[in-house]
Amino acid sequence: MKAGTNLEKILDSGRFAVTAEAGPPKGTSAAVVQRKGEILRNCCDAVNITDNQTAIVRMSSLAGCVLLKQTGVEPVMQMVVRDRNRLALQSDILGAVSMGIGNFLCLSGDHQQFGNHPTAKGVFDIDSIQLIQMMKKMRDEKQFLNGEEISGDVPMYIGAAANPFADPFEYRVKRLAKKVKAGVDFIQTQAVYDVPKFARYMEMVCEQGLDKRVHILAGVIPIRSAGMARYMRDYVSGVSVPDEIITRLEQAEKAKEEGVKIILEIIEQVEEIPGVHGIHIMAVGWEDIVPEMVEKAGLMPRPIL
Amino acid sequence: MIVAEQKNLEEIMRMIAPYERVMILGCGTCMTVCNAGGERETSFLHGALRLAQSKSGEGTHSFSEYTVKRQCDYEFLEVLDDKIDDVDTILSLGCGIGVQAIAERFPDTPVLPGVNTAFMGMAKEWGIWDERCAACGECRLEETGGICPITRCTKGILNGPCAGTKNGKCEANTDMDCAWILIYNRLERLQQLEKMRRYYPPRNFLAVARPKRVITKANTEAGENNG
Repeated sequence: MKAGTNLEKILDSGRFAVTAEAGPPKGTSAAVVQRKGEILRNCCDAVNITDNQTAIVRMSSLAGCVLLKQTGVEPVMQMVVRDRNRLALQSDILGAVSMGIGNFLCLSGDHQQFGNHPTAKGVFDIDSIQLIQMMKKMRDEKQFLNGEEISGDVPMYIGAAANPFADPFEYRVKRLAKKVKAGVDFIQTQAVYDVPKFARYMEMVCEQGLDKRVHILAGVIPIRSAGMARYMRDYVSGVSVPDEIITRLEQAEKAKEEGVKIILEIIEQVEEIPGVHGIHIMAVGWEDIVPEMVEKAGLMPRPIL
Repeated sequence: MIVAEQKNLEEIMRMIAPYERVMILGCGTCMTVCNAGGERETSFLHGALRLAQSKSGEGTHSFSEYTVKRQCDYEFLEVLDDKIDDVDTILSLGCGIGVQAIAERFPDTPVLPGVNTAFMGMAKEWGIWDERCAACGECRLEETGGICPITRCTKGILNGPCAGTKNGKCEANTDMDCAWILIYNRLERLQQLEKMRRYYPPRNFLAVARPKRVITKANTEAGENNG
């Protein structure tokens, strides 16, 4: 056991994991995080708290994780390298571990020019793969990045993102291998809509034996409307939404219901793909739908280990 | 001008190892002025590499040398067209821009950087070069007495000096003047000290988003692909 978190136990026991995402508020309300935690408590094994996602300032991921934990939900603390240098990242890791947070997710972060402080300086002191390696060093060698000793244990279950759909497609598995080599324990992928393409990616992952070295959770984003699907296709980098999905949503009488149906079909298909060990639901402000989706996907009740 | 330092011989030899015929290419502009890669340095390096090869008894490189007026302009690279097929690599003594211009102009020839490009600056005295401009894209030298705090203050702060200034020097590098003390003294001399009382809001880093591009309107044509 690396951190002994619920997520780690579930993945290591070979069970199919379910994680979800919750964004903290653009304000100081603890109740917002607690409410999301209550919605997601019984249908997920762990919940990611985003870190200034899309470069928009929100309550810190660390505080969000603590609030979530208080509601009895296991947090995954997302960390982007856009806003903090190696000193701040390491001190936040120490703080998080001291608060009993065990799951972490290493990300680059969307470029600040897309957010609500476009004139901010992007830090990018280290990159996301270097962050993985830094966490591994902190955990396994009990050392800071500079080699100095850390007092106390630093149990962490280290996660990262992967985008199977970005260019160049052939390189994506090699980049994943780089993250595995750096020490990542689990991966949450970008949203999967193009299942055949994702299956090809996973085939390459398995050919290289990476499925034995890292747990991959396929990302899914429930779609509410045809407009949202088109937006994701056109503006969200590295997301490919097949035309067929857009047509179905356009023609559906109740787009929301059709959207849920589409995601359930995707979940059913990705469950069958070798090497996929779970799903990660990013409901982006539509957390209410998650319990129903997990239920309908036949993934309830969640195991208690 | 751009200031660079030539890489050490060991590193250069490691880089050229896979290639037989090496052209050492100097640059006649900035690299000549800062003594990193002009005609003279190109010739010295040529000699040093030959000597190192014969001393080691290993290596079968053949070297040639040439210096163009400027590596960062396709125009001045044309003269290499009839030479490029006779070499396996170009060891460029141009700055990072020169190296990339060659890579773009000669897509089939590997190019190696022979210098470490350091900064934009000027000679303090012969052989000593100091950085002066960070190319931040938002010049405020009018406000700071013609002395750049972005470049010359270690922290790049806008409302300095911080408490780390001592005897006019910077705590992070006691050989270097504190930019904000320089600014203060200069503004005092110009009777513009009121500028020191101004609050400078956070910088607009969007202005330095990379990679930058400047389009000179007068020289571009609508609808043309100007690069």
